[in-house]
Amino acid sequence: MTSMSSIVLAASEHADVVPVAADGVFSWMWLLVAIPAVSAAILLIGDGAGDHGPLDRFGHLLGTAAAIASFVVGVVGFVALLGQDVAERAVTQDLWTWMQVGGFDVTMSVYYDQLSALFVLLITGVGSLIHVYSIGYMAHDPRKRRFFGFLNLFIAAMLVLVLAGDYLVLFLGWEGVGLASYLLIGFWQEKRSAAVAAKKAFIVNRVGDLGLALGIMLMFAQFGTTNIHEVGLNVTNASQSVATALGLLLLLGACGKSAQVPLQSWLLDAMEGPTPVSALIHAATMVTAGVYLVVRSAAIYDLSEVARTAVVIVGCVTLLFGAWIGCAKDDIKKALAGSTMSQIGYMMLAAGLGPAGYAFAIFHLITHGFFKANMFLGAGSVMHGMNDDVDMRHYGALRKLMPLTFITFAMGYLAIIGFPGFSGFFSKDRIIESAFATNFWAGLAALLGAGVTAFYMTRVMILTFFGERRWREDVHPHESPKIMTVPLIVLAALSVVGGALTFSDWIEDWLTPVTGSEHHELGVPAWVITLIIVAVVAVGASLAYVLFARRDVPDTAPQQVSVFTRAGRADLYGDAVNEAVFMRPGQYLTRSLVYVDGTGIDGAVTGTAELVGDGARGLRRLQTGFVRTYAAEIFGGALVLVLALLAVNLA
Amino acid sequence: MTVEPFIGLSALLFAIGAIGVLVRRNAIVVFMCVELMLNACNLSFVTFARAHGNLDGQVAAFFVMVVAAAEVVVGLAIIVSIFRTRRSASVDDASLLKL
Repeated sequence: MTSMSSIVLAASEHADVVPVAADGVFSWMWLLVAIPAVSAAILLIGDGAGDHGPLDRFGHLLGTAAAIASFVVGVVGFVALLGQDVAERAVTQDLWTWMQVGGFDVTMSVYYDQLSALFVLLITGVGSLIHVYSIGYMAHDPRKRRFFGFLNLFIAAMLVLVLAGDYLVLFLGWEGVGLASYLLIGFWQEKRSAAVAAKKAFIVNRVGDLGLALGIMLMFAQFGTTNIHEVGLNVTNASQSVATALGLLLLLGACGKSAQVPLQSWLLDAMEGPTPVSALIHAATMVTAGVYLVVRSAAIYDLSEVARTAVVIVGCVTLLFGAWIGCAKDDIKKALAGSTMSQIGYMMLAAGLGPAGYAFAIFHLITHGFFKANMFLGAGSVMHGMNDDVDMRHYGALRKLMPLTFITFAMGYLAIIGFPGFSGFFSKDRIIESAFATNFWAGLAALLGAGVTAFYMTRVMILTFFGERRWREDVHPHESPKIMTVPLIVLAALSVVGGALTFSDWIEDWLTPVTGSEHHELGVPAWVITLIIVAVVAVGASLAYVLFARRDVPDTAPQQVSVFTRAGRADLYGDAVNEAVFMRPGQYLTRSLVYVDGTGIDGAVTGTAELVGDGARGLRRLQTGFVRTYAAEIFGGALVLVLALLAVNLA
Repeated sequence: MTVEPFIGLSALLFAIGAIGVLVRRNAIVVFMCVELMLNACNLSFVTFARAHGNLDGQVAAFFVMVVAAAEVVVGLAIIVSIFRTRRSASVDDASLLKL
């Protein structure tokens, strides 16, 4: 990494932020969490589960209303924050003391600043739209009350995560969203694949959570506090190795939650959940929590170049990894999931660039939240019309029958490939530029990723909406009801205009107090890079056009394919590696432990018993039952005794 | 007084009794041989009591006689009851008390 020396200066910049006590509107920010939490509690433990009580008939409306109410509170808070002085935009409100043990003190507090405010808007805004969409999507599900309860639980937990002023409270939200994710991936638990996918997501996330938990313990051991602000102040006085260890541990946590290599394997399977869940949790919000963690811990990463480099490497590897997988999948949701991994890789890459990239990571996170939620919901709308078929080879020519879905999906498509003027263009362009300015290879990986993204998204687009109709016979595609298309239209509009956040550097300036800022000069003018990116994107898209639009699409996936395609279809052997490296050795370990337990430990115990038993069985022969034998033994004994006495006396 | 003849007789009687216990199968005969051994011991006791001129050995002999009488009562009762159930007085037939 080059030109990292100036970063320590930038670090001291945002450590200067002094949170002010909340008053006025800000003292009501706890409502953000409380509303969906109460709604979730009512929906999940309210009486009459399973029968057709009022909660079963109107519960989805309550859940949606709770999400919208939370969004309204978020908007009010955001507007109020805009009205504050820059120095007073980090407000904190202590609610109660969660735990107090000796000098260790964890306060349940709401920490609302520029970064939290953006996340709150994204979570509650996109969350509300997806709640509305779910009313239509889950209309015929007998357990939709539970579904909305879980969604509310997720919103509440995610808001705890982003409003936490203490790493331990953040961890509470972190585990809460993990639980909600588990419950919602396995929502159709009668499907074995869904149940297994939920378990897999949960277990892989535990590995990451271990990193985060160890990081928090290290903070406590080193600084005696887990308060985010205080850790940020203390870490500047700590040694380099502590900062590096903290950075790497937090990165492990981020990798688990954000499906980054090497903990990426759960995200593709997570698509077993209902599509609104994939859109909300596994595209727009929860999986970006890792990026949030890195940006929130900017004070730590600013001090450790090793940790930052690790973040950049993870980001680069994942963005190419996800893009590769996205190219090979025929399942529309899995193609989009690969794309999600890839886009979060971009965010990680940006976050790893330090103060030069934090703001762009968050910017891309927000635009990605819009266009990826849009495309997932669009995919859900397509599936809705295609009898829940997810194989893109069975789609084709849907643009005329699903005009609204097609147009909104196209907006998301143009945004994600970075078509000039759309939101993704601005956010991805900024990341690639800063990557090039910091490290040529990271920039090259990001540029290549942009081309591949254009390729596989064009493929998804062509296979789904263009070409010949390849539908199954009993499928009658139709446009989805208004309750589903209206959220699509709103998200499509946001995908188009989301780039406006960066006009006159608004989002960079807005986040500077939290993340610091730094500008690296490029060797070439920025428009040259932009031009190159657009050219690469055009090449990727044209390649997909030549390969998929100009030829017939086989109804089943061809088996005679290149090594690359085969690897992509197998998720780049992520599961195979996990199985070979962790699962099988683990199994062998447990089996050998069972063997040691069975033969060694149990062997010692049963062996002793058997030895005693065998000895007793031998001695038993002496007990013949014949009186005369006993008499002979007694005489023999007496004789020996007498002889011994005589020998002693005579000696 | 010479003790050797008495002790010799006692030893002889004891040996006869011991051999009888070991080689005979009839419970009554075994029983009598036991009595013979006890009385061989009694003979030794009184011989040495006489030789030493005190009464300790004679007291011991009385104890042996009392115990022997009690033992005879119990033992004969057992032998009779075994004979009633098994129609046999052979000690080898009563060999069930084993593993």
